[in-house]
Amino acid sequence: MRAEERSPEDEVFVDAVDSGSAGASFALPDGGEAFASDNAGGGRAFLGMVVGGSLGDGVEVRLAEGASVEDVPVGSYVVIQGETRRFFGMVSEVRLASTDGRLRSAPPPPNAPIVTQALTGTVAYGSVMVRPRLTLPSVAGEPGDIEPARTVPAHFSRAVKASPADVAQVFGEEGGANFVIGTPLDMEAAVCLDLKTLLQRSNGVFGKSGTGKSFLTRLLLIGVLQSRLSSLLIFDMHDEYGWEGGDVERGRRVKSLKQLFQSEVSVFALDERRAGRSKVGPDSTVEIGYGEITPDDIMALRETLNVSEAAAEAAFALGRRFGEGQWLREFLLLEDAGAIGDLAASINVNGAALATLHRRLQNRLARFPFVTDAPGADAVAAIMDHLDRGKHVVLEFGRYGDDTLAYMLVANLLTRRIHDSYRERQSADGEGGSTKPLTIVIEEAHRFLSPAVASQSPFGIIAREMRKNNVTLLIVDQRPSAIDSEVLSQVGTKVCCLLDDERDVDAVMAGASGSRELRMTLAGLRSRQQALFFGEAVPIPVAVQVRDYGSESSYSALMGRTPGRGRSTAPASIPRQGGGARDDEEDPLFP
Amino acid sequence: MATTPHPDARIGEVVEAASTAFTAECYTLYGAPALGALVRVGDPAVYGVVYSVTTAALDPGRRVAARGATEPDEASVYRNNPQIARLLATHLQALVVGYNGGGTVVQRLPAAPPHIHAFVHCCDDADLRAFTETLGYLHLLSTAAVPAIDEVIAANVRLAAEARVDADGFRRRAARALAEELASDVARLNAILRSIA
Repeated sequence: MRAEERSPEDEVFVDAVDSGSAGASFALPDGGEAFASDNAGGGRAFLGMVVGGSLGDGVEVRLAEGASVEDVPVGSYVVIQGETRRFFGMVSEVRLASTDGRLRSAPPPPNAPIVTQALTGTVAYGSVMVRPRLTLPSVAGEPGDIEPARTVPAHFSRAVKASPADVAQVFGEEGGANFVIGTPLDMEAAVCLDLKTLLQRSNGVFGKSGTGKSFLTRLLLIGVLQSRLSSLLIFDMHDEYGWEGGDVERGRRVKSLKQLFQSEVSVFALDERRAGRSKVGPDSTVEIGYGEITPDDIMALRETLNVSEAAAEAAFALGRRFGEGQWLREFLLLEDAGAIGDLAASINVNGAALATLHRRLQNRLARFPFVTDAPGADAVAAIMDHLDRGKHVVLEFGRYGDDTLAYMLVANLLTRRIHDSYRERQSADGEGGSTKPLTIVIEEAHRFLSPAVASQSPFGIIAREMRKNNVTLLIVDQRPSAIDSEVLSQVGTKVCCLLDDERDVDAVMAGASGSRELRMTLAGLRSRQQALFFGEAVPIPVAVQVRDYGSESSYSALMGRTPGRGRSTAPASIPRQGGGARDDEEDPLFP
Repeated sequence: MATTPHPDARIGEVVEAASTAFTAECYTLYGAPALGALVRVGDPAVYGVVYSVTTAALDPGRRVAARGATEPDEASVYRNNPQIARLLATHLQALVVGYNGGGTVVQRLPAAPPHIHAFVHCCDDADLRAFTETLGYLHLLSTAAVPAIDEVIAANVRLAAEARVDADGFRRRAARALAEELASDVARLNAILRSIA
């Protein structure tokens, strides 16, 4: 019998016999001995026994003599062998308990080790709360269904630390739609995201600035790209996802999507000078015609343009007066205050409001070189064409990346039109149409999804309608509290790097089960390369040490993954040797 | 005053017995073993831990009178009054902590108390080590309602420890067993542990 297969009864009796063999045999098995001697093998350190609890609050595991609270951090995984099933859970609380409350006021003297040793584990003991989340097949390693836990293990069930094999069983193996994102914080085991589930809803990557959101997003995008489950449209505010991106921590440049998947990715640029650092130019530049900007776009930019609601509303009146495609051109042609005043009177809007709108549009919008009366090509049509050809589109903002107005104008406008076109196709094809799903990646998402604008913003609409029209969002943001709660509640999987602000944490955790331990886990993350994943694409919440990205071996490990063909021959944890830059060699994935 | 111990370490006989405790009169004045010592009674053996020793007049109606006002020391009081040893008796009281059941020690109460006049033997170090190899009997001791039982427990553990080469190891083991027994009464536990350490 293998050690980990011993039942609790086996352990107690074995110990009773062991202790009895030293002399006469005794009737009372020594419970303390049973605890002390138990150390199940197979990488599963024995923690203790279930002594109480509930499904809602989790079960209390009284730690055995050899197990220290210091080794069982909140968020770590525990397997509990119940009578008929195995439970997989997370430590939600760690506690120092005592059998007698007076211990606090009368602790043992500091110079009496015998007393301290005697009290430790008997009167003063460690206890952890474990929230059972899944039930596993009753025998470790055997195939079977993994289901959400709907009950708790019985009294005195044995709890052990989850082994890497247990974690692998829960998160699945790399391959197919499973993409390795890293390892749990305290063990070497691959954590896989189920990309298929991930892409069925909008998702969010959150974290304060400098916690590696872009880094993590890039990794996720590589996974999505390789899985071929969805096309990507990336509004790349800071030129992170096109040719190359930054690794602030190591102070180096890392390859980005275009460099890794040249034939699969099209880079569009807003900045015609493309002050980018890429070795290759953009595939296309984007110009926005006056005729493409609708009053809806102005409404969505109201706060950024700093105009009143009345002024933004005036755009609709202008639209009615001049026609949707002409209003901006005609309006900007007006030059003197008198003409604007006359127009205001004729379309029945406030003169001062219209004058403000004119000034702001003239000074802020029309000054962008990419906003032009006569665009060279229809940018939306070009992007749609690339997406239709199965390509992924990165729109680099170049020097406009720090200009919120430019970013919001372009992202809103393109998304509105692309979403419209997906919607039209979907209604033409009917449910389950053949259009390839699209994931739109948006940074600084709170600007588009604040409660004030989320209802009108195309992003808000996409987030709320789930994937009815085959379009979902990947929201990247550092201020989740500024995002409309209705939108956040629709986010399927949340990836959370370190967040400091209590309101942001509240917003992200809203509605998550066991948010208490999630908060503690989140607070314990390092500020780089660690993230908490929870939601639909992971069976249980998991704090992840994000896999290495940026070294040559990491590129080869990533590119060695064979999508859709079962387990990879080169697991992420064992980077394949000799995988160099792929620029000058044929891409085996996409020849 | 005291006579030579009996060759088979017989120290007295039971004069009063109950399921949980017995009283024995010692054959010699002041001939009781130490507080906390393990004694063995009858055959098959019942084991007890001495929790009280008293020496008093055999006849409860006759008070002992002081006799040493003119004597230079205590020994001469006894030497010059040889009747004293006949008028006094030493009794020990012991808590039952186990019995011999079919050749093995069982640390539970026996089905019946020891007989009156059953001989009481003092356990030697080997007996003491064998009996205290497991510590279930500490439960019987710690729950006994007798005065100063904590002192008795501590004395017993000290004796059992001294009977071993690894005295400290035994102290630690006993301290732990006591901590499990008295987990809900830290004040009492602390007092005993301090007394053991």
